[in-house]
Amino acid sequence: MNMMQVPEVSPAARLAGVKKRYGQVQALAGLDLQVACGEVVALLGANGAGKSTAIGLMLGLIAPDAGEVALFGAAPGSMAVRRRTGVMLQSAALPETSTVGELLEAVRACYPAPLTAEACQAWAGLQGLSKRRYGKLSGGQQRRVQFALAICGDPDLLFLDEPTTGLDIEARQQLWQAIRDLRARGAGVVLTTHYLEEAEALADRVVVIDGGRVVAEGSVDAIRAKVAEQRIRCRTPVDAALAAQWAGVLQAMREGDHLVLRVEDAVRVLPLLLGTDPALSDLEVGRAGLADAFLAITRETTQETQP
Amino acid sequence: MNALVLDERTPHSVPSVARIYWLETRNEFLRMLRTPMFALPSLLFPLVFYVMFGVLLNRGSGGMGSYMLATYGVFGVMGASMFGFGVTVAMERSQGLLRLKRALPVPAGAYVFAKTGMAMMFVLMISLSLIALALLLAKVTLTPAQAAMLVVINLLGTLPFAALGLYVGTLCGANGAPAVLNMIMLPMAFLSGLWLPLSMLPAWLQKIAPVWPSYHLSQLALKVVGGDAGQAVGLHVAALLLVTAVFAVLARSRLAAAA
Repeated sequence: MNMMQVPEVSPAARLAGVKKRYGQVQALAGLDLQVACGEVVALLGANGAGKSTAIGLMLGLIAPDAGEVALFGAAPGSMAVRRRTGVMLQSAALPETSTVGELLEAVRACYPAPLTAEACQAWAGLQGLSKRRYGKLSGGQQRRVQFALAICGDPDLLFLDEPTTGLDIEARQQLWQAIRDLRARGAGVVLTTHYLEEAEALADRVVVIDGGRVVAEGSVDAIRAKVAEQRIRCRTPVDAALAAQWAGVLQAMREGDHLVLRVEDAVRVLPLLLGTDPALSDLEVGRAGLADAFLAITRETTQETQP
Repeated sequence: MNALVLDERTPHSVPSVARIYWLETRNEFLRMLRTPMFALPSLLFPLVFYVMFGVLLNRGSGGMGSYMLATYGVFGVMGASMFGFGVTVAMERSQGLLRLKRALPVPAGAYVFAKTGMAMMFVLMISLSLIALALLLAKVTLTPAQAAMLVVINLLGTLPFAALGLYVGTLCGANGAPAVLNMIMLPMAFLSGLWLPLSMLPAWLQKIAPVWPSYHLSQLALKVVGGDAGQAVGLHVAALLLVTAVFAVLARSRLAAAA
C-alpha cells in the first residue's frame, strides 16, 4: 500500500479473500468487498451467486473457511458490532400475535441510542399501526415493520436483503427515501436486490457477484455501460445464422416467425437488418433485462478464465 | 419532516440487559396468550381433566382430589413447557426468526429465558386455578404452605420439560413438532401415573415409571399432599436436574449447528 496515504478510518465492512464452502458447493471463492460509512452498496447476483452467504458472514451468522471479515475493524457478530448494525433479512417470520409496538419496543431496547418509536414508524410508514398485530398486516406492511426494526437502532451499518420485494410502488419509494436519509446521516448500507431500478435509485456502488466472487464493480453508470446490451425482436424470414455474423450481434435466435437478436448497439445493427429485409414487421427494441446483464458479465468472466 | 425525525433520538446509554430480558419475556407471554391453539389446551386441559376425574367422577373422597391436584399440576407443567418451547422453536428455526435474533444485539440467553418465563407464567396460572378448584369443588384441605409448595414445585418443574421441548423443537419441523410432542407427552403422563394412580397400572409399568421425568416431578408434588411412594427427595431432584442438563446440552449443540 502507499505509505504516503493518510491512514483511512477502518471501513464499515471489509471482506478480504473470503472463501466459504457448503459440502460440494463453493459458495464464496475469494470474495473481496468494502463498504464505507455513508455509502450504499448494492450486491447484485443471480440466486446462488453468494449474496446471502456474504451477508451471513458480515452478520456473523456463519464463519468463513478462509479470508478475513471485519465490521468496524472488529469481528462480526460481537455484541459491540451488532449494536451498530441494523438488519432486514430476506425472510424472517415475526410472531404473528405480537403487536407492531411490542416488536419495536423490544428491538429498540437492544440498542444504545435508538430512534424514538414514533420516528421509526414515521420513517417506515407505519403510523397508526402500533397496536395492530403483525399477523393482521398486509405483506407490504409486514415488510415495513421489518424495515422499522432494521433502522430503529440508528445503525452505522444497515443490511437490507431484498427489502422491497412485495412492496407497492409508493411504499417502495418511501423506503428508498428512508434509505437515502440514513445514508445522508452517515450510515453505510448493504443492499441486495433483484431490481435494477432499485440499484439505480439508491446505490453509490454496484457489486456484481457470480460464482462466489466479484465479477464487476463500479458506479451504476459504469455497470450499465458494461451491460448496455440490447435486444431486437421482429417478424422476418431472415436467417438467424446469417444475422449472427453481423458485426455487433452477440446472439441470434429464432422464435417461430420472429428473429431475436442480442446486440451491443441496436442503432448499428438495424440498418443491416432493414437492408436485408425491408418488409420486416413487429419491430421491438429493448434494453436487456437484469438477467441478461448478469449473463453478459458472467459470460465475460468465464471467457477470461477459460480463454 | 425528516429533519424533525432525525433529531428524535433517545439519549445514549448502554442498553439495560434487565429491560431486554423483561421485554422479550413479556412479548413472548403476550403472544402465546393470544395464540388460542396454545393457550386454550395448555390452560384448560389440566383444569377440565381435574374437574372430570378429580371432582365429578370422585364424589367426596378428599384423597383422590389432592392426589390429582398434584398430578394434573404436573400435567399442566408438561403441556405448557413442552409445547411452549417445542412448537415455537421449530417454527422460529425454520422461518428465520432465530437467524434474525442472532443478528440483532439481543443477548444470547434472552431467547430461552423469555420462553422459560412465558412457560412459568402459564404454569403459575394453571397451578393457582387448580388449587382454587381443589379447595372449592373437591373439598381438598391445604395449608397455605402446602399450596405455596405445590406452586413452587410446578414452577421449577418447568425446567426439565422446557429443555425436552426445546430439544424436540431443534429436531422437528414446524408441522411435525406438535405430533411428536403429543406422542412423547401423553404416554409419559399416563405411564407416570398422572391420570390414574400408579397403583391401578400393571406391576411392570409401575416398575419402569421412574424412567420418566414426569414421575419424579409428580412424586415431589405428591410428597406435599402426602401421596407419594416414599422415595428420597434428592433422588427425584437429581433425576430432574439430569434430564434438564442432558436435553439442554443436546439442544444447545443442535442450535449451534443450525446456524
